Amino acid sequence: MQVMDLVKKANFKLITSDPLISRKIKGVYCCDLLSWVMARAKEGDAWITVQTHMNIVAVASLLEISCIIIPESIPVEKETIDKANEENIFILSTDLNSYEIFCKMKQLGL
Amino acid sequence: MDNEQGKNSIKLEYEIIKDDFSRAGEASSNIKKILRQLGIDSKTIKKVAIVTYEAEMNIVIHSDGGKITVFISPHDIQIIAKDRGPGIKSIDRAMEEGFSTASNKVRELGFGAGMGLPNMKRYSDEFDLQSKSGEFTVLEIKIYI
Repeated sequence: MQVMDLVKKANFKLITSDPLISRKIKGVYCCDLLSWVMARAKEGDAWITVQTHMNIVAVASLLEISCIIIPESIPVEKETIDKANEENIFILSTDLNSYEIFCKMKQLGL
Repeated sequence: MDNEQGKNSIKLEYEIIKDDFSRAGEASSNIKKILRQLGIDSKTIKKVAIVTYEAEMNIVIHSDGGKITVFISPHDIQIIAKDRGPGIKSIDRAMEEGFSTASNKVRELGFGAGMGLPNMKRYSDEFDLQSKSGEFTVLEIKIYI
């Protein structure tokens, strides 16, 4: 599935700029400890985290994460969004919680 | 561990500033971009990315500032992270998974899980950590290509 499928089919909100390229979601990873994510998440994963500070962009970029998903409509700092746009990282927001996001992704065929 | 400062190596150097969370990760991102341009394989790049990211965050969180130097040679990538600051009281304890001296404030941001040094060791082929309490910490890592 593509990142934009979550926007088109599941009502996720893309809070970074409209992407010029499509990006495939290969898996999902959910964790808020950044070192843990660095060591365990895989390239192409969609990463669910409640952390919203700028450093999540660095982690996503280093790992080549397909997108960051912020659950439960947690507000994201403007600096984080600006940095993500600069680094070409997609950030999605949804009112779903982590469990519901996993269910939704399975439903969409992941 | 010998420094790879011969003719066949490329040297990169980054100043890392204490408590500068807004720029933290930039050195690692930059190193990664350069390795990609050099055509280094993605498995090696991932190892270097993990090591440099953790080293960078350690300097930001725990030290009074420092430097990350990278030597890229045809056979390996050497990473040297050197800082000024409190140093590490017990290297054995610091190497234990889950042990951390990070503040609660830093932990709330998702850092300080006590995974940094163990992660770095796991992804490196040569690992050397030295520290003098109240003065400095030097980490030297080699990742074979």
